[in-house]
Amino acid sequence: MIPSGILTVSYIAASILFILSLGGLSNQESSRRGNLFGIIGMLIAIAATTGYVVGAFDMPGADAPTLDAPGVGLLAAAILPGALIGAYLAARVAMTSMPELVAVLHSFVGLAAVLVGLSSYMAPLESLVGSEKLIHEIEIFLAVFIGSITFTGSIIAFGKLRGSISGKPLMLPARHALNLAMVVACVVFGVLFVTDEANGLTWLLAMTAIAGLVGLHLVMGIGGADMPVVVSMLNSYSGWAAAAAGFMLENDLLLVTGALVGSSGAILSYIMCSPIARRYRTRCLLRPPAHAPV
Amino acid sequence: MKIGIPSEVYPNERRVAATPDTVKRLQKLGFEVLIESGAGSKADFSDAAYVAAGCSIIPGAEALWGAADIVLKVREPMDHPELGKHEAELLRPGQVLVSFIWPAQNKALVDRLAERKATVLAMDAVPRISRAQKLDALSSMANISGYRAVVEAANNFGRFFTGQITAAGKFPPARVLIIGAGVAGLAAIGAARGLGAAVRAFDTRPAVKEQIESMGAEYLTLEFEEDGTGIGGYARQMSEAFMDAERRLFEEQAKEVDIIITTALIPGKQAPVLITEQALKNMKDGSVVVDLAAERGGNCALVVADQITTVHGVKLIGFTDLASRMANVASNLYGNNLAHLLDDMGGAANFRIDEADEVVRGTLILRDGELKWPPPPVEPKLAPAPGTPATQAKPEAKPVALPTPTTEPAAKPKKKSGHGKGHGKGGGQTSPTLLLLGGLALLGVGWAGGDDFLDHFTVFLLACFIGYQVVWNVSPALHTPLMSVTNAISGIIIIGGMLQIGGSLSEPAVILGALAILVATINVAGGFLVTQRMLKMFHK
Repeated sequence: MIPSGILTVSYIAASILFILSLGGLSNQESSRRGNLFGIIGMLIAIAATTGYVVGAFDMPGADAPTLDAPGVGLLAAAILPGALIGAYLAARVAMTSMPELVAVLHSFVGLAAVLVGLSSYMAPLESLVGSEKLIHEIEIFLAVFIGSITFTGSIIAFGKLRGSISGKPLMLPARHALNLAMVVACVVFGVLFVTDEANGLTWLLAMTAIAGLVGLHLVMGIGGADMPVVVSMLNSYSGWAAAAAGFMLENDLLLVTGALVGSSGAILSYIMCSPIARRYRTRCLLRPPAHAPV
Repeated sequence: MKIGIPSEVYPNERRVAATPDTVKRLQKLGFEVLIESGAGSKADFSDAAYVAAGCSIIPGAEALWGAADIVLKVREPMDHPELGKHEAELLRPGQVLVSFIWPAQNKALVDRLAERKATVLAMDAVPRISRAQKLDALSSMANISGYRAVVEAANNFGRFFTGQITAAGKFPPARVLIIGAGVAGLAAIGAARGLGAAVRAFDTRPAVKEQIESMGAEYLTLEFEEDGTGIGGYARQMSEAFMDAERRLFEEQAKEVDIIITTALIPGKQAPVLITEQALKNMKDGSVVVDLAAERGGNCALVVADQITTVHGVKLIGFTDLASRMANVASNLYGNNLAHLLDDMGGAANFRIDEADEVVRGTLILRDGELKWPPPPVEPKLAPAPGTPATQAKPEAKPVALPTPTTEPAAKPKKKSGHGKGHGKGGGQTSPTLLLLGGLALLGVGWAGGDDFLDHFTVFLLACFIGYQVVWNVSPALHTPLMSVTNAISGIIIIGGMLQIGGSLSEPAVILGALAILVATINVAGGFLVTQRMLKMFHK
């Protein structure tokens, strides 16, 4: 048995490596080292978490999970093909299609956040009651909501970058009202989700679907030339989704990394917007550009 | 199919339409390449190098034109001094010629080529669409001219470009004004900055402001309401009043700057006169003006094409062969442009002239002697509406425009300093209201949240600030890699999936968790590796 402190310091090390990674990427000389730090951080995080779920750590509070042999097989069966597919995609993509690949990879993060959220609702790590349960469910709601927007939004961004979806912004007549209505619907379903115990899952799924439509419509309304900014924006969203999942699962690494990605993605989109002299807050954040031909 | 590369006959033309490197590309496309003996010698490519690359050397232009199916040239066909006949007469029906033609200026030549029933493609007529960038020979040449203009200026300037402080005295950096920020202008900005000069630049198209600033120059504005953006990102003719204001701006600027490089051209027009005699008088003795528009009359009325003259103590450089002065790289770039065109046309195996292809249609001047020029107007998909610079200007996107004259608002020349390094402020200012709201929100969270939640919340907020601080100074070229690495890191959601697969394999929660792991791993692996590949591109 390894002392549980090792798990904690592994998470700290991973967080620091992620911070160094993002910092390294902000100038040329350190950029490759930055990427390497990111990779090492991710490997540490995955290794430590694997150790935790197979029960290698001596967790004092006791309810630590111990994954049995089929469980470990499942873990391997999920990670290995994933890594191979990812590596294959990255190695094959043409230089000019890299932004597209980044966009489609984003959608995976969104999808993962949705799946984790649903899974966490069906099988909470610990049984919760009262206000803790409420907070947990709000966190699930957020993770799923943001994840779903990221998922569909990224797919549309991918299509637009690739040219398989027209680069022209889709301008529905009452699009702002429509977005608002959909967000309101999500919130209403969210309230039903936490109050109506019996049909919670139904409400959650309904909310997921509508959030997906929001993501879709948001990005459809933005012109192809703005896609890089949109991808960066969605990047930020996927960070927030991960952070929400971190709250939900009480996992500080997820939380820290999600927040890092979320805030740095938001700043990056802001920076990408500002030289083009457009108003980030009004345009990119929630509203498609008001004047068409961007 | 055989491609023939003749020697250029224009006096002082040093370029050649294929180099040993580009020949390999052509061979890969399935072509056999024939080179006239000595064709590459002025660009430092010996016959031996071509032979080593697998070409056949053909002595004499007549034999070469006779043997080739496709002839690639730099300059338009002209009288051949050694053969005593016009190169057009060497063409035979059905043969394909690709070179610069300038059909608008050379109507007689086009007629002459038409008589030969040949097929002619003009590299100067490549449409300005993004797909055609890789064969845009005008941009390739403009890039070289811009660089070379700075080198020529430095060569004729009696001071350092970079500022120096030494024990024996200090020297300020040279001040360089670049007029017209198209491909040539931006290349000039880059070269001058590279030598350490303080650079300012002017252009009539407001959209290029960001490009100018991203190259590290200061953008000059004119207080005048007029947008100079024309078709395809080129500049258009401006009103007289505007031109006057512009000239006055340059007369003022002339008092301050040491070097002026003008690159202002309007497609199909005489170059606009921007540098007046008064401006030259205002310049200090020993200053240099390089006029890239000298071939079309010059942006400075007093310039003499192909010569260096001294007027009012200012050296006026009017070279029109700047690209040819860097024949080695110019030939390589031009050769690549040609190879890309032939690639688009199907290579040797499927070579065809497909008029449905926008790029081929644009460059096609004659098809078996039938006049195809000018091409039908193409819906200008990108026509940038005034005031919506977005289509043009991702800062990384290398500007596509040849230089031009000027733009903006009212008659008082006013210097506007570009924001210094990167994106100076914007993050810094926090309004009191915002602080107050933030404080109230924090109070609310403290009131409602439990201890556990607050612990996490603390970590969360601190992490947000770190994320913000860490990326604030990212250099523009790294936006995409940073985005990509951030994306890879956001794959950390995989941890969430891993925590969720602790039950029996048949539980839906476990299956969802496993799926989450799968997709998140794709993102992690793909994200980091693609970032690695992007970064490699910077390191060559």
